[in-house]
Amino acid sequence: MQKVIVGYGSCGIAAGAKEVHDILDEELKALNNGYKLDVTSCMGMCYREPMVEVTDGTKRFVYGDVNKKVAKQIIEDHVKSGQVVEKNLVISTESQTEDQKFIDAQTRLVLKNCGQINPERIEDYLATGGYESAKKALAMTTEELRDLVLKSNIRGRGGAGFPTGLKWNFAAASKADQKYFICNADEGDPGAFMDRSVLEGDPHAVLEGMLIGSYAIGATEGYIYCRAEYPLAIKRLKIAIKQAEEKNLLGDNILGTGFSLHIKIKEGAGAFVCGEETALMASIEGYRGMPRMRPPFPAVSGLWAKPTNINNVETLAAIPRIIEMGAEKYAAMGHEKSGGTKVFAVTGKVKRSGLVEVPMGITLKELIFDIAGGIQDDKEFKAVQLGGPTGGCLTYDLLDTPVDYESLMKTGAVVGSGGLVVADTSTCMVDMARFFLSFAQNESCGKCTPCRIGTKRMLEILNAITEGRGTEEHIEELKSIGAQVKQSSLCALGGTAPNPVLTTIRYFEDEYLAHIKDKRCPAGVCRDLITIYINKDLCPGCEICKKECPQEAIVGERKSPHEIDQEKCIQCKICLGSCPFNAIYAE
Amino acid sequence: MTTEVLDFKPTQKILDKFEGKKGSLIPILQNIQEEYGFLPEGILNQVSVKTGIPMSQMFGVATFYAQFRLKPRGKYTIRVCHGTACHVGGAAQLSEAIEHELGIKDKETSEDKLFTLEVVACLGCCSLAPVMMVGEETYGRCSPDKATKILRKIKKEEGQ
Repeated sequence: MQKVIVGYGSCGIAAGAKEVHDILDEELKALNNGYKLDVTSCMGMCYREPMVEVTDGTKRFVYGDVNKKVAKQIIEDHVKSGQVVEKNLVISTESQTEDQKFIDAQTRLVLKNCGQINPERIEDYLATGGYESAKKALAMTTEELRDLVLKSNIRGRGGAGFPTGLKWNFAAASKADQKYFICNADEGDPGAFMDRSVLEGDPHAVLEGMLIGSYAIGATEGYIYCRAEYPLAIKRLKIAIKQAEEKNLLGDNILGTGFSLHIKIKEGAGAFVCGEETALMASIEGYRGMPRMRPPFPAVSGLWAKPTNINNVETLAAIPRIIEMGAEKYAAMGHEKSGGTKVFAVTGKVKRSGLVEVPMGITLKELIFDIAGGIQDDKEFKAVQLGGPTGGCLTYDLLDTPVDYESLMKTGAVVGSGGLVVADTSTCMVDMARFFLSFAQNESCGKCTPCRIGTKRMLEILNAITEGRGTEEHIEELKSIGAQVKQSSLCALGGTAPNPVLTTIRYFEDEYLAHIKDKRCPAGVCRDLITIYINKDLCPGCEICKKECPQEAIVGERKSPHEIDQEKCIQCKICLGSCPFNAIYAE
Repeated sequence: MTTEVLDFKPTQKILDKFEGKKGSLIPILQNIQEEYGFLPEGILNQVSVKTGIPMSQMFGVATFYAQFRLKPRGKYTIRVCHGTACHVGGAAQLSEAIEHELGIKDKETSEDKLFTLEVVACLGCCSLAPVMMVGEETYGRCSPDKATKILRKIKKEEGQ
């Protein structure tokens, strides 16, 4: 089938896919030569968005960085006359491109359908073999099914890494008149968007996983708790649920098996802590999202005090694939105790940023330098932050660490959600630690003293250090308070909030000392410790920075070098960003 | 507290929709905010009387979740992402440019009631950092310059 397919995920739309879609629609209607317009979601190659695919049914050509002009060119050259627009070609079935490396290095199981199907058409999902795994599962006994999942060695992809098969066994063992199955789609980690991609790109995979899991534990009611910041994901999930119900794949007496499952969507309301399972359940019940003590564990007493199982989006989307390929094959794909693949969101200062799905056990070096292409502008690697704001920062010599749950824990970092933010030498590690801690502090629910007060005290100290008021005792205080917060917090938010601070102190102590002893920020970031200068040799006097400066702190006539009045300057760096001659720098 | 008397009928429709459904407080509040643009105290009072949910519980929930507003919002809500990748990508400069252009800070509404500014933790478009949302529109790779142009365009369209 001849098609022009537009990548219509949130990131594609954010990059301008809507305008591209509208132009293509107009042009194709005018051309009227048999090519139809369709949409898909994102492939995970975010660094090339907006993306458009042209296919005749067998040959496929995927274009990137498509704007209105390029869109018109694609129609004119390719769709009309069969000529490929080489400069925008990202990948194709007919040639080998540089970007091909990004896709070839991956093992796309969870992301299998993302960017390949129209997520709002169940027929597309069924054509790929969708719901066949569910049919197989419903024909097994629940013991056989749970055994299979246990053998696959799949561990919770939300961050905790708990063996999924074991979790399902606990819930199955509980006896009750009602059980619940919850999909945790609250993806709150800044820097993580793999769940969003799966929800927007392959919602049926998640529903199929929920169906299989609910059957395995005996739950007849399901909830998908999705953060409100993902409106497109919520929209596509609602469509998918309706479609599945129409085909008797959800609802009463599914496919005549006697098993029933009704799935509802609950929207989050903007609270990171609601990604924690007990806070999530409190939120569904209509309360403030505050975690509680465990035991009792949700598998015994969860939502409305009934046995409940909660799984992450990525974990659930993997389940149908595990049944398809078999548990042993999935386990073999991984590394030691961590089976299968993991989707990483590689962002920050890398050349190729986006979603990468690879077998567990790959090294960080391979991920960052091979697949993601290394550092932007060929600058120097400084650190990689792993696992979200409650993960850790690692240095270059730790990059040979294989990415699996156990190996990473030894370094002080975690796999977490799979978010990976790469920093170059223009990033200040103290500022980064402060940034993460301020996020955790803001999101702390306030219930337990260690987290509520501990994170606040740590933040006060970090503010002092970045503002030039730090002392050497502060470093010991941070370590001490950090250890206490980790040990005695009620939930994993407090339990991991000190990690960025503790790992940056461990691996970047000299940077802290520079801030404290020399009152200097080596990376040129911390406002109170830097000065902005204009290089008179490079400045032609174009007056752009003068006009942009919110403090009117720049003086100088047109065509003669400008100068910054340091008394008025607030180090906001707007001038630095606006200078077309790179004549402004921070020290 | 707003002194304007608001029509309760839309709220009654919302309460009817969720009649008998467990754990509906958050969706009810979300629907009320969708209708009025924020959570008016007077409306919440009446909801408390009709549902039996204590005002303290409703306030507790409304103040816990970042999404809820107890004051009226501007016509356009600007969400600036301050997640990790955006932070590294220049979110602070983007925020400042917006604050400078509109004369407001986080959680404030501009005098012409057009814009409300909100700093959010992560919009999930990390590869397109820095990211800003205006209403339902998402703008990736949004430099301070680009943001200013977008806001000025909206102001012009609104006749300001």
